[in-house]
Amino acid sequence: MANARGELPTWVDIGLIPLLNLFIALLVAGLVVLIIGENPLEAMWIMLKGAVGSIKGWGYVLYYATNFIFTGLAVSVAFHAGLFNIGGEGQAYFAGLGAAIVGLSLEFLPWPIVIPLAILASILFGAFWAWIPGYLQAKRGSHIVITTIMFNFIGASLMVYLINNWFRPVGKMAVESREITGAYILSFREIGLQFFGVRLPSTPLNLTVFLAVIAVVFVWYLLWRTKLGYEIRAVGANPEAAIYAGIKPDRIIIIAMAISGGLAGLMAVNEVLGVQHRLLLEFAGGAGFVGIAVALMGRSHPVGIVFAAMLFGLLYQGGAELSFAKPLISRDMIVVIQGLVILFMGALEYAFRPTLAAIFANVED
Amino acid sequence: MIKKLLATAALTAIMAVSAFAADDKPAIVFDIGGKFDKSFNESMFNGSEKFKAESGVAYGEFEIANEAQREQAIRNFADQGYSPIIAAGFAQAAAVEKVAKEYPDLKFAIVDMVVDLPNVQSIVFKEQEGSYLVGMLAGMASKSGTVGFVGGMDIPLIRRFGCGYAQGVKAVKADAKVIQNMTGDTGAAWNDPVKGGEITKGQMSQGADVVFAAAGGTGLGVLQAAADGGALSIGVDANQNHLHPGKVLTSMLKRVDVAVYNVMKSGKDGAFKPGIQALGLAEDGVGYAVDDNNKALITAEMAAAAEKAKTDIISGAIKVHDYMEDNKCPVE
Repeated sequence: MANARGELPTWVDIGLIPLLNLFIALLVAGLVVLIIGENPLEAMWIMLKGAVGSIKGWGYVLYYATNFIFTGLAVSVAFHAGLFNIGGEGQAYFAGLGAAIVGLSLEFLPWPIVIPLAILASILFGAFWAWIPGYLQAKRGSHIVITTIMFNFIGASLMVYLINNWFRPVGKMAVESREITGAYILSFREIGLQFFGVRLPSTPLNLTVFLAVIAVVFVWYLLWRTKLGYEIRAVGANPEAAIYAGIKPDRIIIIAMAISGGLAGLMAVNEVLGVQHRLLLEFAGGAGFVGIAVALMGRSHPVGIVFAAMLFGLLYQGGAELSFAKPLISRDMIVVIQGLVILFMGALEYAFRPTLAAIFANVED
Repeated sequence: MIKKLLATAALTAIMAVSAFAADDKPAIVFDIGGKFDKSFNESMFNGSEKFKAESGVAYGEFEIANEAQREQAIRNFADQGYSPIIAAGFAQAAAVEKVAKEYPDLKFAIVDMVVDLPNVQSIVFKEQEGSYLVGMLAGMASKSGTVGFVGGMDIPLIRRFGCGYAQGVKAVKADAKVIQNMTGDTGAAWNDPVKGGEITKGQMSQGADVVFAAAGGTGLGVLQAAADGGALSIGVDANQNHLHPGKVLTSMLKRVDVAVYNVMKSGKDGAFKPGIQALGLAEDGVGYAVDDNNKALITAEMAAAAEKAKTDIISGAIKVHDYMEDNKCPVE
């Protein structure tokens, strides 16, 4: 990636190019909207207004962004170690088990004990589900891409079995655990009502969003301010050289995967303890995979991931509002629009780079 | 200029929203499978379309893409004053409960689950009864004495289908073997016709000559594989007899389309009633399909036995065990 960089000013590189790519993506998406017979400008307006035009919209955008930040950070930490962890989905799903076990079995304890324990359990369960593929990669040479995606399916099968046979109350049709009646993480709506007497619209946004901020700072600090972070980046950049530097790549691979899985596991905190207050079937809902796109788009940097996660949150929420307002634009259309954004901002990231470089070269001459 | 443009856009948007706000227009929230799943959701979509065609009243609709959207969708319709709001599928129960409490003046309905509130109508089906009858037909039609069952995802609802089916088979052939398989453990299990076909071939290689699919879109692969391999199949939810004429023994009907149509119609006529509606054979909520495509497959003897069992189930002489009662099935 680094050697692809030309002689462009920084503001072009991190400002103009992403904006240009986003613009082109929206332009093509607009054409698709036009083809199915809707007004693209109106559609864009509904999307934007639905996402950031109201407190409710912001609530949903930030809620989605919380999930995507966790899974995006998870992918990025592994990526810095040269590992492509595509098992975020399974790690988050499995972590829900930890959150639910603590949340359901320790209901009698006060929240200052239960919540930290539940968060810790989520991290540990998520980390464990990534540790196994990490171990297999380091010690047995099983490729991480294959093992992590297989662990998504193993996790899914295990969770269906457990929810069906352990968590689901007898006679209840829905495949979910009973409700956590003890401690859970307060939503912004509840905080507004209880502490400030303000009625906020009902959104899934809860205090976990601050945990996401902490996770962002943690990852930045870990990668660029600690010895371990240096070792992770060294292994990612060149494992052979890392050995000469006295770093054991095997150990770093396993640790990096465990950290990655722990971060993905935090998503379960948001869903199980913050929003649903129960263990649901497939609660991860694809956020683990969106995390890959988020990490790529955010160039595996925590700040970039925050922006990319917000963008995806905006697309998710705006997309939902759009299919409400325009039944003709189905949810599959929304996926097309999201896919176009990923295509132009991720895969074709450097498509306009040579042209821009030429233009700027001319300007400077 | 730009300001003016934005203002116009805003005005159109507001007008678009207010055009939607109308009282007593029904709305339906489909489950994750989507309204074109050739099964549960599509059946409800057909019911809604029928209502629209007959009454001329447009309805609001939304297809869920993730868990968080369940509540969002129902709440959005409630905000805009839609009533009754129909939630398709048991997974929507928590969301319906939450929103229905906040909007006591609006009417809600949920299919496949019970939500006990004064403004909610809960529609549940006795799938075990219909499955029992198709199980009897399968048992009588089978020459090998081995029949198959292909479920979608391994959830209680599907086990209820499988359990009723097995009881029906055993009722006519006590020594018959019922091979039961589930397609998978993720949502993809509802829409994987290739895997459904492979499972069917596997069951056929073990001797099954009638296979019942209760697996949404996956069932299409089951029906196809059975037709290709010379076995009989049984469709589900909608009448799927026409998919392979002469090769689909029958279909286990679950009339969600009628249920949705009735809710929408009762909402319009002001006849909406809250409470639980358990639709079984007696209410024609479930049943088996006989039409020109499968007439030749069902002998007079089979039809008579099924009709007798139907009468006995309605009268209570035959009791079909419901898997959901104790999470157990008396027969394998």
